[in-house]
Amino acid sequence: MSTKSAPRASRGPLYLTLPALAVLVLVMAVPLGVIVLRSFMEPEPGLANYVWFFQTKVNITVLLRTFSIAFWVTVCCVLAAYPYAFAMSVAGPRLRLALIMCVLVPFWVSGVVRTLAWVILLQDSGVINRVLLSMGFEKVRLIRTQLGVTIGMTQVLLPFMIMPLYAVMRGIDLRLLQAARSLGAHPVKTFFQIYLPLSLPGVFAGATIVFILALGFYITPLLLGGPQSTMLSTLIQQQVLSLLNWGRGGAMGVVLLIATFGILGIASPFMRRKYQMSGGSR
Amino acid sequence: MKLNLPRLLLGLTCLLIAIWLVAPTLIIIPMSFAGKKSLVFPPQGFSLQWYENFFTNPQWFGSLIVSAKVAVMVSVVATVIGTMAAIGIERMRGRAAGIIRAVLITPMIVPGVVLAVGIYAVYLDTRLVGTWTGYVLAHTLLAIPFVVIAVGANLAVFDERLETAAASLGASRLTTFFTITLPLILPGILSGALFAFVTSFDEVIVSLFITSPQLKTLPVQIFSSMTRDADPTVAAVGSLIFLATSLIIGLGLIFGMRGRRV
Repeated sequence: MSTKSAPRASRGPLYLTLPALAVLVLVMAVPLGVIVLRSFMEPEPGLANYVWFFQTKVNITVLLRTFSIAFWVTVCCVLAAYPYAFAMSVAGPRLRLALIMCVLVPFWVSGVVRTLAWVILLQDSGVINRVLLSMGFEKVRLIRTQLGVTIGMTQVLLPFMIMPLYAVMRGIDLRLLQAARSLGAHPVKTFFQIYLPLSLPGVFAGATIVFILALGFYITPLLLGGPQSTMLSTLIQQQVLSLLNWGRGGAMGVVLLIATFGILGIASPFMRRKYQMSGGSR
Repeated sequence: MKLNLPRLLLGLTCLLIAIWLVAPTLIIIPMSFAGKKSLVFPPQGFSLQWYENFFTNPQWFGSLIVSAKVAVMVSVVATVIGTMAAIGIERMRGRAAGIIRAVLITPMIVPGVVLAVGIYAVYLDTRLVGTWTGYVLAHTLLAIPFVVIAVGANLAVFDERLETAAASLGASRLTTFFTITLPLILPGILSGALFAFVTSFDEVIVSLFITSPQLKTLPVQIFSSMTRDADPTVAAVGSLIFLATSLIIGLGLIFGMRGRRV
């Protein structure tokens, strides 16, 4: 496809990327480098901050809780996104547009405002609790609990699950299903043996993005959560802004960074669309 | 056509999910007309005082102006830099292209608070806390991935032989770029610019760290108002942003469809 002259392919392109890379170095690489450096150097050189992090019970509790909330948010997102993305991929053009709109509308208001909506819905005197009461159920504590944080985060992150899943599902050739059915396969079997494996790269891609974003979530857990649902980001912010302990805050940041990129590294091979078969008729 | 029960179940599930996605956004609108200063739904009474407060209180309106200015600057800077990078990557051969693209997308993945703490540390040393330069630099970093992705997607379907044709007919490289390449990748550039604007306008985590009482962006003002008391002005702001975005997207859809048909 390419008919390029050799000189243009050699030096020109690199120069074009330099301004962007310069911003990246100045505003991301240097700051992250400072964080890593401080975690080892303050208050004195050594591993003291990391030893402190892993020996303090609260930190471990919060670390495990962060992973557990991210895990449940991811599970909820997969369960909700799968049927939705499937419907998007088989719907007619008008219905598909409507379904896409519903995914995009939450992005139309500021992220902080969206969290406000959840505060209104989840608070003790909020809509959900009043509906529960009127139906004869007992009041459920939602705000300042892990359940409330999970509900809010799932809604915020759901679009990041639906879009990659939809992108993969629309590439799946539905004639494969018809073929399996016509050869006598049960619909359930057709789904598990044909459709699910074909859609797995989308599930992996979406789940990885959602999990990684959930690990680093800050605003939603802060506004919807309480002391019993603190996540790692809040702890980092407290160390740095309230306690002015850059070393410890830095060590926590490094732990979160390693967790994020570690998971990305482990998951990325599974995200490739190696199963994709159809010639892209749609 | 097929068994009706599975379809019905699927439809019902999707309807519930759609409501769950959209309802929390829409609940903001009635809240913004609340008569009393409380955030209990459904609101009691009716008043426009929260809209009035937003437009007359310098804390609120000032932060809107700051956010709008920063976002415009960011969308210009990030779009230029990001478009250059996307073109560079597209013309690169081999593994370098993949590596540079992956590197340029990392700002989306780095946990917000870790990045914010790092930027705060550097800004304290360079006196960039609470400055225009500080906001624009940080938001540009976060906007670059969106521009690179949007323009890159457009370049991927761009037929390079058109450039070769123009060059073989004697056009200089600059002429080729402005008369052939640029018009064809303009949709990608425009959507990249829109993403960059929204990214900056909505950014809150880094802004919370590098803010100052004198120079505050709108999300920071919303956040501090929410943590202070139950002020329906936040709902009024949310409704206004919703209205503005709906208008922009509606116009975009109309123009986008027209463009595709022609």
